[in-house]
Amino acid sequence: MNAPVPGALTSSLLYLDGVSVSFDGFKAIRGLSLTIEPGEMRAIIGPNGAGKTTMMDIITGKTKPDVGTVMFGGTVDLTKLDEAAIANLGIGRKFQKPTVFDSHTIEDNILLALKSKRSVGKTLFWKTESPQQKRIDDILGIIRLADRRDRLAGSLSHGQKQWLEIGMLLAQDPKLLLVDEPAAGMTDGETAQTAVLLKEIARDHSVIVVEHDMGFIRELGVKVTVLHEGSVLAEGPLDHVSANERVVEVYLGR
Amino acid sequence: MSLFHRLKHALVILVALVAASVASIAQTADEAFTRLAADSYSDTSRAIEILVSSAHPNAALIVEALNDGRLLAGPGGVAVKTAAGGFVDARTGQALPAAPVDMKPVRLNNAVRRAVQAALGGLGLLNPDPAKRTAAAEAVFKSRDAGLLPIVEAAIGKETNPRALAALRQAQAAILIAKPDTQPLDRFAAIEVLRERADQDALATLRALPGDATPALKDAQAKAIATIEGRLKLWAAAQNLWYGLSLGSVLLLAAIGLAITFGVMGVINMAHGEMVMLGAYTTFVVQELIRNHAPWLFDWSLAIALPAAFVVAGAVGIAIERGVIRFLYGRPLETLLATWGISLILQQAVRTAFGPTNREVGAPSFMSGAFELGGLAITYNRLWIIVFAALVFAALLAILKLTPMGLQMRAVTQNRRMASAMGIRTGRIDALTFGLGSGVAGLAGVALSQIDNVSPNLGQSYIIDSFMVVVFGGVGNLWGTVVGAMTLGVANKLLEPYAGAVLGKIALLVCIILFIQKRPRGLFALKGRAVEA
Amino acid sequence: MITRFLLQNMDKRGGIFLAILLGSAVLVPLSNLLLPASSPFHVPTSTLSLWGKYLCYALLAVSLDLVWGYCGILSLGHGAFFALGGYAMGMYLMRQIGSRGVYGNPILPDFMVFLNWQELPWYWWGFSSFPFAMLMVLAVPGLLAFVFGWFAFRSRVTGVYLSIITQALTYALLLAFFRNDMGFGGNNGLTDFKDILGFNIQAQATRAALFSLTCIMLAAGFLIARGIVVSKLGKVVTAIRDAESRTRFLGYRVDRFKLFVFTVSACMAGVAGALYVPQVGIINPSEFAPANSIETVIWVAVGGRGTLVGAALGAVVVNWAKTLFTSGFMAPYWLFALGGLFVVVTLFLPKGILGTAEAIWARRRKPDSTPAAEPAPAE
Repeated sequence: MNAPVPGALTSSLLYLDGVSVSFDGFKAIRGLSLTIEPGEMRAIIGPNGAGKTTMMDIITGKTKPDVGTVMFGGTVDLTKLDEAAIANLGIGRKFQKPTVFDSHTIEDNILLALKSKRSVGKTLFWKTESPQQKRIDDILGIIRLADRRDRLAGSLSHGQKQWLEIGMLLAQDPKLLLVDEPAAGMTDGETAQTAVLLKEIARDHSVIVVEHDMGFIRELGVKVTVLHEGSVLAEGPLDHVSANERVVEVYLGR
Repeated sequence: MSLFHRLKHALVILVALVAASVASIAQTADEAFTRLAADSYSDTSRAIEILVSSAHPNAALIVEALNDGRLLAGPGGVAVKTAAGGFVDARTGQALPAAPVDMKPVRLNNAVRRAVQAALGGLGLLNPDPAKRTAAAEAVFKSRDAGLLPIVEAAIGKETNPRALAALRQAQAAILIAKPDTQPLDRFAAIEVLRERADQDALATLRALPGDATPALKDAQAKAIATIEGRLKLWAAAQNLWYGLSLGSVLLLAAIGLAITFGVMGVINMAHGEMVMLGAYTTFVVQELIRNHAPWLFDWSLAIALPAAFVVAGAVGIAIERGVIRFLYGRPLETLLATWGISLILQQAVRTAFGPTNREVGAPSFMSGAFELGGLAITYNRLWIIVFAALVFAALLAILKLTPMGLQMRAVTQNRRMASAMGIRTGRIDALTFGLGSGVAGLAGVALSQIDNVSPNLGQSYIIDSFMVVVFGGVGNLWGTVVGAMTLGVANKLLEPYAGAVLGKIALLVCIILFIQKRPRGLFALKGRAVEA
Repeated sequence: MITRFLLQNMDKRGGIFLAILLGSAVLVPLSNLLLPASSPFHVPTSTLSLWGKYLCYALLAVSLDLVWGYCGILSLGHGAFFALGGYAMGMYLMRQIGSRGVYGNPILPDFMVFLNWQELPWYWWGFSSFPFAMLMVLAVPGLLAFVFGWFAFRSRVTGVYLSIITQALTYALLLAFFRNDMGFGGNNGLTDFKDILGFNIQAQATRAALFSLTCIMLAAGFLIARGIVVSKLGKVVTAIRDAESRTRFLGYRVDRFKLFVFTVSACMAGVAGALYVPQVGIINPSEFAPANSIETVIWVAVGGRGTLVGAALGAVVVNWAKTLFTSGFMAPYWLFALGGLFVVVTLFLPKGILGTAEAIWARRRKPDSTPAAEPAPAE
């Protein structure tokens, strides 16, 4: 199960096969298989309890699967690593509820996320050099928070926190981004802007977006995977998927 | 001569004695009284022997009087000065009209005293009360006085009570072991009897086997000693287990209230120990009132103190919850600090009101004393506390499983926000939970007042152990608390003989600290996504 | 680089605090030694010792604030590190007594002679050397904190669980040090010190020098702690306090950062204990009592956790009040006052004196700006 992957798999950036996990007898994920190609952007939808968040927990090392293979870049077994190691491999995650560091300034939030050595010694004697400062300024510009850089992140509105978190993901410069409901609680205008932002990011990163908002997903215009009761129900373009009878049944109830 | 022969021999003697005593009791008694009147040490000793072996009806009276220096003798006969101050004729037992003039107290020296002691032991063997006979046999067993052998053997022949008979046999065996001229066969039989007795005294007696015994005998002795030591070790382990269970139930009482408040509210109540202390002081106050106003109720004092302590501690708990903790939800560390402050205030308040010294809490009659169960010494107070802890636990379990309040409490434990969304008034549940947890601590205080010093620091000495129980057992499961309490209690007591009390405790603390690393949420933690956050 | 590290972004408040400390380090001993007792500026030796003690507590408070205020680790066992540092110093001072003890044994301290010990236990070796003893002042608490933290943080023991096991840690040490067999003087601890580095420990000049040294060490402790909290590492640590798992998903190894801060803090507490012992003249197991450690927490809470100056201030204020209370007719009420302080501060002054003053000041200065959201309380 944990043997080195065959050469055929190396082309996938993320490869999940036969993954199952249960909490106290409840199977949150059952036999989930999923592959993400380098540079791909994928939307994942599914009703509540379909296992979307648990899937992200497994990829980012928060939850260990009972069985199954989770490979990154074709060679790294993610089930063997902890959260920090996985993050340093280049997998970034944005949570459903925006979590930024409330008692730090916006700029410091970006600084903390900025790709750099994460060791104790390096951070103790850290000095921000000019290319790094420029990168921070760029990101602050992209997420439209440059003029508030010295404000505490706790003072931001919900939508601004979502963007700050996306900004932090950008600063991390990961190979793969996991984005959980980026449009939740946003106004229509903000949602549209967020979609633009994500598409921009997807140009040079692989992205997995979990979302409920169909309009938002239509705007992204990418391949969709439907999860139901912990496994894949359907996969394909949005129109194709939404025509699937079983998907309709799951979403609308019987 | 085998034991059997010896028994037969003793029987013959006894029969002869009885016959002789019937026929010539007057004649032998005459000799005894003459000797007493002579007042020489050797005559006195001999007289005692005669009186005892002839089973003279007044023998006990005379020997006891002699022992106390109340036996008077002279040319005019022998008389006993009674404890009340009157005089009776030693021969007839009839009261004398006036103090005898020509008599003086019979003197004693060490040899006579020994004879008196032996005679008293021997007389006890013939006492009509089987319990007294058993006790007398037990005394002979310890003294191993070879002079008493004939009377012990005589008593064995007459004995019908099985317990007294066993005691007599052991007494006989003890004498035979120690007596230098006993036949080896008898010694083997005696070793067997002692091996069956199997206690510390039997060990001591076995070791009294003379050094010149045959190798086979020594071998038998060594084997018997090994058997007994093995058995004693087993009993010692059982005794430690018992102490452990007892300590465990005390810990359970102290910790279970804490487990409830921690489980339901995620709040560490550092003032929990002070609730226990309040319960103990309530017991003290109740007993004082009873002593002063209704002493006949004293045996009921604990029964009266229980509801009082529950109410007092519960009310203080609710006051703390409504007054302080309510404002600190979601900030468990601040709650910890605030309740620590409250614990300081409560301690000082009690110190001011009752003084810093220990207060005396009495034990009702049913709580005092002890009994033996095989090799176990079991005190009633410990026994009752175990029973009480079990009852409290059962009651709490019933409340949690069977009452609507219990259902709501469990709901809040598992998912506070969801419970709140379903219309459960979490604030009210919190207050009641806190009251319940504190009230149970008050009950624990009543129990602890029976085995520990009632002082303002009472709670402090239990709080860390209680935390350990809760942390070890895990949150949200009362069975976890039971397992935690019993494990810690038993482990503590089993470690003590090897490591000493303090080192044992340290070892246990270190073990728990290490255990928490392995299972950060305790033995029986809830799992799943909801708890993670 | 070190200077830059220590002095980066020095603010006004920190500057004032440092100036007061360094000023006291020079002026107070001078006034004590040079001015006549009649002078209004003369500082009596008793006051000097008392304030020396307060400043040791202040250093302990700063060390606790580093872990609690900035990293969210509520240690209820910091008194253990303080006491271990104190014992290391006490062992050095015991060895300095030499043959001047009651039993006149040149090697063994009195209590060992009393217990009929024949030779010095191995863990007392080397303590006659001052540099070695000072190394142990740092190493013993640091090592204990490192080992304990390594286990605790790796297995993600957090919140009240961590607090409770730190309390168990100091409780276990309390029990251990009470034992005579441990070879640390049992119940009585270590006392009857004669001299330190050859100077009479009772002498006025020695006491003045110790006071001065305490000021300097507090200043140094403050600078190191400040250097840590304003560095990027400090930002990571605060991030851990506010959102531990988020920090982990950014790729920071939370356990290592916690371990670093915890160990540094324990070393600092050890230094505080080492300074404390020669000034009070005794170290005994009661310093390990869990109640002491919790009291330290309240100093930090009173002063304002998350502000290093506040922690030091809180330690001084609370202990000054304690001296005031317990020396007068109000002595029986001190525990009421202390208990009340715990409740009042947690309920009404969650940011402590300095934090609250800061908030009020900030509001006055910028009345138009939206107030910063309260930082989430540390778990």
